[in-house]
Amino acid sequence: MTHFRLRGALAGLAAIAAAPIQAQTLDQQINDAFASSTGWFVNFIFSPFPGTSFPWIVAWLVVAATVFTLYFGFIQFRAFPHSISLVKGDYSDPDDAGEVSHFQALATALSGTVGLGNIAGVAVAVGIGGPGATFWMILAGLMGMASKFTECTLGVKYRNEYADGTVSGGPMYYMTKAFAERGIPGGKILAVLFSIFCILGALGGGNMFQANQAHAQIANVVGDFPGWITGIIFAVIVFAVIVGGLKSIARVTEKVVPFMGVMYVLVALVILIMNADQIGWAFGQIFSGAFTGLGVAGGLVGALIQGFKRAAFSNEAGVGSAAIAHSAVRTKEPITEGFVSLLEPFIDTVVICTMTALVIIITGQLVSDPNTGLYLLDEGASTIQTVDGNKGVALTSAAFSSSFGWFQYVLALAVILFAFSTMISWSYYGLKAWTFLFGEGRTKELVFKVIFCIFIVIGAAASLGPVIDFSDAAIFAMAVVNIIALYVLMPVVKAELESYLSRLKTGEIKKFH
Amino acid sequence: MTTKIVVAYDGSDSAVRALEYAMDQAIKAGASVVVAHVLEWSPYTFLTPEEIEERHARREDELKRAKTSVIDPALEKYAASGVTVTGTVKYGHVAETLARLATQEKADQLVVGRQGQSTLSKRFFGSVPMTLAQTTPIALTIIP
Repeated sequence: MTHFRLRGALAGLAAIAAAPIQAQTLDQQINDAFASSTGWFVNFIFSPFPGTSFPWIVAWLVVAATVFTLYFGFIQFRAFPHSISLVKGDYSDPDDAGEVSHFQALATALSGTVGLGNIAGVAVAVGIGGPGATFWMILAGLMGMASKFTECTLGVKYRNEYADGTVSGGPMYYMTKAFAERGIPGGKILAVLFSIFCILGALGGGNMFQANQAHAQIANVVGDFPGWITGIIFAVIVFAVIVGGLKSIARVTEKVVPFMGVMYVLVALVILIMNADQIGWAFGQIFSGAFTGLGVAGGLVGALIQGFKRAAFSNEAGVGSAAIAHSAVRTKEPITEGFVSLLEPFIDTVVICTMTALVIIITGQLVSDPNTGLYLLDEGASTIQTVDGNKGVALTSAAFSSSFGWFQYVLALAVILFAFSTMISWSYYGLKAWTFLFGEGRTKELVFKVIFCIFIVIGAAASLGPVIDFSDAAIFAMAVVNIIALYVLMPVVKAELESYLSRLKTGEIKKFH
Repeated sequence: MTTKIVVAYDGSDSAVRALEYAMDQAIKAGASVVVAHVLEWSPYTFLTPEEIEERHARREDELKRAKTSVIDPALEKYAASGVTVTGTVKYGHVAETLARLATQEKADQLVVGRQGQSTLSKRFFGSVPMTLAQTTPIALTIIP
């Protein structure tokens, strides 16, 4: 049945693709309609503090990450070794075998976050903010570990468990249940707002951005063709998985994605080793760029904003999505999921994103003035000139291919798989928000899934700018609401933390291996 | 003197022979028998968000199914044998889990059937009896 549908769709596509002029106009139309209908939302989320160019939302995230870091006493560094032991299964009771392990929870949450943010997003950040953006990105990644710890602990603690053994959790559940428990008003309103933004984020960053960059990558390899074609192919496959229950595709992706991630880091490492003599220079660029901007648009602040933005968009710390993913895990100690989750921003941002940035910098993709050492800007004066005029995922691809020509094909495959697994994860997050708002039920769930698939086509057809802006805006809107709840509920996490640490000390929490 | 025997049992022909042999030994020695069924499970596989959500419910189902279709028939068959026969279902790496169970139960014999895996998969992953032959903490009998 699915096979037949796919073949029919492909035949149709081939027929329409024969009229390229018409197709380009369709892309253009979708793009214009999209930009004009989402502009106000994007403007609101990214509006700067009066009289500055510093968006309030970026400050919001960084202040939160700093508050959590201080409040929990640099938990991301203190608990780092314990987090690794948990993932290794040192504290897992063998009698609980068969339940989801900490490793599995981490791997699944990671395959939702590791993706285009690490490949395309970093290229956008470095392309606009210069090498200095990398420094702020790493810093934001390290601080974000504390935000992730807070939200995931709460996600597990306040999830709903149903009679059939399944669980639903996430910020909307801790907003309603924990606020009510502590007699604080407003939980319900926050939960509804969060759910609305989560649905938008699922459609934006979790969907359209992915489709858009997957298309850019495919077009980069096979030549330019209309984006909606990629969109429809993706939509059909995602539809087959999330509606048709074609689990085999999802399962294959979930297994291939981690290997792709490891391979990506390994190839990046090889490129860095090949250019070992430049590593010192690259870090010099990163540090001096971080504090001077080296001529990028907006200078120091421009680099900082780009770095923070991309880190938040890539590792989703404070956004609340990971709290949904982790809350499905059965554990006696909610805080253990918090410990495990703090590894995500580390792996995602501090390791993988940094690799991408280093490869782009070291392979000399960014054009600078040989006399002043400052970066040259494009005509619009907003982005740095690149050797071949590439931006986004094409820039990363060019950087990797300059060392290994064949890597662009591997990267194209990786991008498609990352995009696909991120879409599957976000369709789940979006669905959880949707069912929180509208209740569970087959028809209601189907409506969301169909909307989700339609947005894949829109995302692939729209041009990069409006899609990235909207994706960021929707995901950051989730963080606005989520972080309010995290501030209110952080004493709950502190109590959990102190109780757990003292029991760990007395040996009440046993090591099994 | 044998006092307790652990038998790896999955309902297959060779497992049935292994259990028959263990019962024989138990009757002669006046020992008790633990019928163990291990469901292959690795904590290092990858799951989708939906699979994670359903995992607990599915685990309960699997445990129930293993009990009613594998363990219970075996226990019933030997209910009148006069030997104390108990059953258990575990998750994990099959050979490691059997070895750990044997130690926990303080058993003094472990009996497994020689399973009918294909030669290829044996070559890649090794079979349960082969792995146990190298790692068993107590006396091991492999039944053809």
